[in-house]
Amino acid sequence: MTLQEIIKQLDLTLLTEQKDFSEVVPTCGYASDLLSCVMAGARHRAVWVTLQSHTNVVAVGALLELSAIIITEGATPDPDTISKANEEGVTLLLTEKPTFRVTGRLWELGLRDS
Amino acid sequence: MCLGHQHMSGAHELRTYVAELHVHTVVSPCAAAEMIPPLIVREALANGINLIAITDHNSSANVGAVQKAAEGTSLSVLPGMELQTREEVHLLCLFDALAELETWQALVDERLPPLENSIEYFGEQFVVDETGEFIRRETQLLCTSADIPLKEAVERVLKIGGMAIPAHVNRKAFSLISTLGFVPPNLPIDALELSGHTNPSWAYEKLPQLRDYPLIQNGDVHRLDEFMGVNVFRLAAPTIPELRLALHNQRGRSLAIRHSMN
Repeated sequence: MTLQEIIKQLDLTLLTEQKDFSEVVPTCGYASDLLSCVMAGARHRAVWVTLQSHTNVVAVGALLELSAIIITEGATPDPDTISKANEEGVTLLLTEKPTFRVTGRLWELGLRDS
Repeated sequence: MCLGHQHMSGAHELRTYVAELHVHTVVSPCAAAEMIPPLIVREALANGINLIAITDHNSSANVGAVQKAAEGTSLSVLPGMELQTREEVHLLCLFDALAELETWQALVDERLPPLENSIEYFGEQFVVDETGEFIRRETQLLCTSADIPLKEAVERVLKIGGMAIPAHVNRKAFSLISTLGFVPPNLPIDALELSGHTNPSWAYEKLPQLRDYPLIQNGDVHRLDEFMGVNVFRLAAPTIPELRLALHNQRGRSLAIRHSMN
């Protein structure tokens, strides 16, 4: 399952720069809105699902080299956060759907938690 | 050494203020029914505390009543609030004047969701007078997030003339560190707050990033027996600019955190 397929299947909006997402294969998924938990619990190159849109999500994404961060419930980050994500090479994706729905769809598509 | 006889650049004589800067009243649903203005004032003074800040959850409704209850005593009462930001970070917002806090409250009211308190689930939210007499129930749900991002909150509080301090950063719930992982860079805060069940050296060891910030420590007082009184300030007056000087160790103003009696 590539990130490109995930973006297409879940109809996600790309907030950061376009890349070749057909080359990005996430290792697994993780969902939490507590960044301290994410830093401790998410795996490298995971897809992280959260409704937290604070600029610190970018640092966590860069730290764990996440494949992408899916921000739910339309919680759009501010422009500074998006430009920081571009600087750090972190991919931010947005959806109006809630976290439960997004993680359910990711599971259906075959993404697992480890 | 008597600092009072030293020639200070501030021109004013410095006094000792023992401060508890995070005190709830009965408008906070989680506070005990005993947290009424006259008992708060009496208990603070009985603990040798002469400076408190009233900081209810997203509410300023009882601040004026506590200030009135403290009139004629040696206790100074700073107007404040414990804001819950969009990110679920608790932030102490402290001001010099009640009018400044009211300016801040107007913004918070605009950004709170239109939800009513559930007394059964959260508890009573009583607005009282300076004697503790019931005035009304606050119907707005207070134990929730206002839709204000942390950075905007800190900047707006500063602009009004106040000071913002992330609350109980050592805790697992509603703390800047647990919610956002670390202190965001370029956040114009003056200090971080530790809660009761730790001490600064332990906290610095567990959370090395705290070293970049001055620390204060408060009991997050929800019950009368939770006053700590461990912040010992040297100030010319109990004001926000003086507290800021002390936190940054400037112009002779200072803060020492003494060991808790508890």
